[in-house]
Amino acid sequence: MLRNAFFQALREIRRNLMRSLLTAIGIVIGIASVIAMVNIGKGASKSITQSVEKLGSNTLYIMPGQQRGPGNRGAIEIPFKKKDLETLRSSLYALEAISPVENASMTIIYKDQNYRTNIRGVENDYLVAQNWNLQEGRAFDKSELRTGQNVCIVGQTVIKTLFAPSELILGKRIRLKNFSCEVIGILEAKGANTFGSDQDDILLVPFSLFQRRISGSDNIHLMIAAVKENIPLVEAKVQIERLLRERRRIDSANEDNFSVRSMTALIDTISEVTTILTIMLGAVAAISLVVGGIGIMNIMLVSVTERTREIGIRMAVGAMAKDILIQFLIESIVLSGLGGIVGVVLGVAISFGATLWLDIALVIDPAITMIALLFSMLIGIVFGIIPARKAANMNPIDALRYE
Amino acid sequence: MILLENIEKTYGAGETATTVLQGINLKIEEGEFVAIMGPSGSGKSTLLNILGTLDVPSRGKYLFLDTEVGTLSQDQRALFRRHILGFIFQGYNLLKKTTSLENVEIPLIYQGLGVKTCKMMAYEALKKVGLEDRIFYEPGQLSGGQQQRVAIARAMVAHPKVLIADEPTGNLDTKRGHEIMELIATFNKQGITVIMVTHEEDIAAYASRTIYLRDGMIEKEVNRAS
Ligand SMILES: Nc1ncnc2c1ncn2[C@@H]1O[C@H](COP(=O)(O)OP(=O)(O)OP(=O)(O)O)[C@@H](O)[C@H]1O
Ligand SMILES: [Mg+2]
Repeated sequence: MLRNAFFQALREIRRNLMRSLLTAIGIVIGIASVIAMVNIGKGASKSITQSVEKLGSNTLYIMPGQQRGPGNRGAIEIPFKKKDLETLRSSLYALEAISPVENASMTIIYKDQNYRTNIRGVENDYLVAQNWNLQEGRAFDKSELRTGQNVCIVGQTVIKTLFAPSELILGKRIRLKNFSCEVIGILEAKGANTFGSDQDDILLVPFSLFQRRISGSDNIHLMIAAVKENIPLVEAKVQIERLLRERRRIDSANEDNFSVRSMTALIDTISEVTTILTIMLGAVAAISLVVGGIGIMNIMLVSVTERTREIGIRMAVGAMAKDILIQFLIESIVLSGLGGIVGVVLGVAISFGATLWLDIALVIDPAITMIALLFSMLIGIVFGIIPARKAANMNPIDALRYE
Repeated sequence: MILLENIEKTYGAGETATTVLQGINLKIEEGEFVAIMGPSGSGKSTLLNILGTLDVPSRGKYLFLDTEVGTLSQDQRALFRRHILGFIFQGYNLLKKTTSLENVEIPLIYQGLGVKTCKMMAYEALKKVGLEDRIFYEPGQLSGGQQQRVAIARAMVAHPKVLIADEPTGNLDTKRGHEIMELIATFNKQGITVIMVTHEEDIAAYASRTIYLRDGMIEKEVNRAS
């Protein structure tokens, strides 16, 4: 009986193919957008999480001032000094590495080539914290760091731009605005970061050299610290905060005038945002599903009226009310279910296209796929019940006489 | 087998109420072939629909064997039609865009028979009415006489005890009409009770008894010694 009703429903849909297609489109769009939204959302947050983790999920960023929302720092901003760095490094066992970081964008010159790149003043711990290895050469040595000697470590993009393919690079001198430095090391390629900027477009110099020749001050505006593997990030964060509060003599009544932030916090923020977006878009998709369901109800009501005669004939040959009910209910379930299947296929295709276009991970969530399919059938039941009952409650003789 | 006592049927209520059947008493034995005649509007179809349980009387008693049909629920009446009755209508009442085979299958499907059995039995029934070469034709591709034969196959496929026919030849020319009547007469000879409404004397001549209705009452009965 059910099997038969199923095939009967398929036949009925084929008989009114155009109308069925147009009716199911609401469901197709609804399901496709739900699938696409969820998959793209998950893919995006997965990609972001992955690349943030590559940056180092055990990394802390220590900055003067309090960040109160994006780009809105508190009034008092006292930069760190070398002594702060030394104290953190020597007194905190939890830290694996800690390095000051300062950036500038400058033109560098080699032979007759000019190239604008990122100059970054760091110490060797920067490479540890970033988990960044040298492909060739060596890191800075102690005296180079202390006295700020004219040496540098170059990234892959800089090399590709300035040097000929087979050229010997180590030992060559690169000129900057007012000084030159000898290349002592070559960084491994790191590729683009989460936000798409090329991390290999870089030239590292000793931090003290940067201070002396570029920034011209002894201020430190950023320190990057890597926390030892077996120590929780929050614990290290609390230790750093306590130490800095002590050094800066901040009493309990006052807020920190610095901030210690981690990439995991960033991940949390991002996933929060993507979750909210997913929910909102999901709600929009759900509304379109309801609209699709109403479309199905509408067309099923039309169909029941059109087929009043048929209902009468079926009742005359012995169909009970429930047989008629099942027939029309299955028809609307099959209609919305087919819409659901097409919607899933379309949604997966859109997710796939989006992953190529947006360069994010491809995530096909099997749970949401199943839920979407079941939900589309549920819509068939919910919106099919009224037309089906209308059909089942017909009086045989009235149905037969219907013109 | 069938006993009607004081069957009345009234449409509407109050001022506009019209009584279409006013106290029909009728007894039909198993294996009989009964024709019902009468002027248009005399209540023939109404009576037939009550006999077929498609409609319910306003008053009166309808006994089928020992069952009081009036007390049956809607579902029970559906089962009664499913297992005991077969219907033929003046307008054929086949499902559109549905092949002969599928049309004939419908009663069997409601009996819960397997797909293969349904197909086999439907084919046999179509063969009996001489349409084995038209099983995949849809009503739109068949002549009136052929459509009515599909309808007969559908009525007979589940081996009913009673065949109910409302002007089965009403839409057909004389020759086709008689072909249809020959078929119905064959089924009657096999023991099936036939109750038929007709306007034409020569069609009624196939029946063993003719009942004349006028204004919702039985005017006379004529027995035809066979
Ligand atoms: N649903 C209804 N509501 C009101 N009156 C009805 C209804 N059905 C039938 N009637 C009336 O009942 C009367 C008998 O109708 P019925 O169809 O039984 O006549 P009939 O004898 O079959 O006529 P015909 O030979 O033209 O088919 C008619 O006057 C008709 O108008
Ligand atoms: Mg009539």
